[in-house]
Amino acid sequence: MSAATGHKRDYSLTGPERLRAMEKGLASAQWYTSPIPRKRLKELMQRRNGPAIRDTLIWFALLIGTGVLAFYSWGTWWSIPAFFIYGILYASPGDSRWHECGHGTAFKTPWMNEVIYQIASFMVLRPATPWRWSHTRHHTDTFIVGLDPEIAQPRPPVWRIILMEFLHLYGGPKDIKRMILHCFGIVDKEQRTYLPESEFRKTFWESRVYVLIFLSVIGLCLYAGSILPAMFIVLPSFYGVSLMLTFGLVQHLGLHEDVLDHRLNTRTIYMNPVFRFLYWNMNYHIEHHMFPMVPYHALPKLHEELKPDFPKPNRSVWETVKEVMIALIRQGKDPSYTIQRVLPATAQPYKYRPTSEEREVTDTMGRAL
Amino acid sequence: MLLEGWIYVCEADAIDEEDVIRFDSGSRSFAIYRSEDNDYYATDGFCTHEKVHLAEGLVMGDIIECPKHNGRFNYKTGQAKKTPACEHLTTYPVQVTDDGKVYIQID
Repeated sequence: MSAATGHKRDYSLTGPERLRAMEKGLASAQWYTSPIPRKRLKELMQRRNGPAIRDTLIWFALLIGTGVLAFYSWGTWWSIPAFFIYGILYASPGDSRWHECGHGTAFKTPWMNEVIYQIASFMVLRPATPWRWSHTRHHTDTFIVGLDPEIAQPRPPVWRIILMEFLHLYGGPKDIKRMILHCFGIVDKEQRTYLPESEFRKTFWESRVYVLIFLSVIGLCLYAGSILPAMFIVLPSFYGVSLMLTFGLVQHLGLHEDVLDHRLNTRTIYMNPVFRFLYWNMNYHIEHHMFPMVPYHALPKLHEELKPDFPKPNRSVWETVKEVMIALIRQGKDPSYTIQRVLPATAQPYKYRPTSEEREVTDTMGRAL
Repeated sequence: MLLEGWIYVCEADAIDEEDVIRFDSGSRSFAIYRSEDNDYYATDGFCTHEKVHLAEGLVMGDIIECPKHNGRFNYKTGQAKKTPACEHLTTYPVQVTDDGKVYIQID
């Protein structure tokens, strides 16, 4: 059953929606790309080491700085804000560095991407190899039900999971369980839909290293008679994810599923410089999905190039959170509810837009279109 | 000059140095490269991982990087160099005539 009929769809990667998407030609399909001169795109695609080295040094310096403050505040009320800030600085940049280094675009030098990718993968508790392939699938089949493993919420949304995710209590244990299975050479059914067998061995060894680190941290806590060591490593992947989750939820939720035009299923949001640093410019998310090989530091310039072909960006994170929450509440009653982005007069028309018979389509203010 | 068994692609200077263009012939698509040292190469046009035109990617030395998933190939040999690209590309002979025209042999 589809969202069009108001019935609940099966979002698993092994269910009937997978076949349906393939039959409809939505799998590994040709996506719309906005016009941009090849020469200019090539300029924007050029890799550089400088910006990512600078940003990585700033990130580690901030982590060490707030870590020292958190350490000395331990046992006082000041440790609550201190660890909150440390956790935010651990998880949010961990997520964006995982993402950008996974694409191989953060640094020009491949080994630098790989080193930071491995560190950041551990920090956000995402086993490096399966998640690299999961994200590859997300880019191939963005928000295609039954094919994209990274759809943040089904329709209607499951509020219990959203609330649990503010402390990473749904996805975290799920990934830890998978890591433990990997240690014994087992890959689950869902992961087998996007992870090739040639990558299994690497996956098993990575998970064994992760589990060894977890055990070492637990051992250290037992030795010290305190959870303090875990407050610096492992636990921030739970208590520090609120901002990371917020950034993640606003990327696609409330917008179209099963379309081949990123302008319809992805948001670009203007953010303040602090958030842009933490998120490594991933707020320019339509730009990133349309041209994923453009490095994060060139995304603002790419945005300027593509602006005339894109719907108006959201003006802030707060505005977007409100928009997404309203959409999720409405989808709770009517799963077909979808926010429609209105294109400027300068834009090329949408390549594929569901008809009003297929979906109830509204603009960002909830007005029917 | 039309070379027997070869298909005309474009004028040699239509491809920038260290760049790639797309060339379609019938239902098939190819990627034609010009290297830093002004040699010309040809491979299948699509990445072997997903159906993405390599001509939209980035040439870096001997490497073509897929524009979608960062998969890499050596376009001179067709060898897959980085996941998610695992299968090699087929390469095709290229000739540049004295009057500056690029031809490929695809069969």
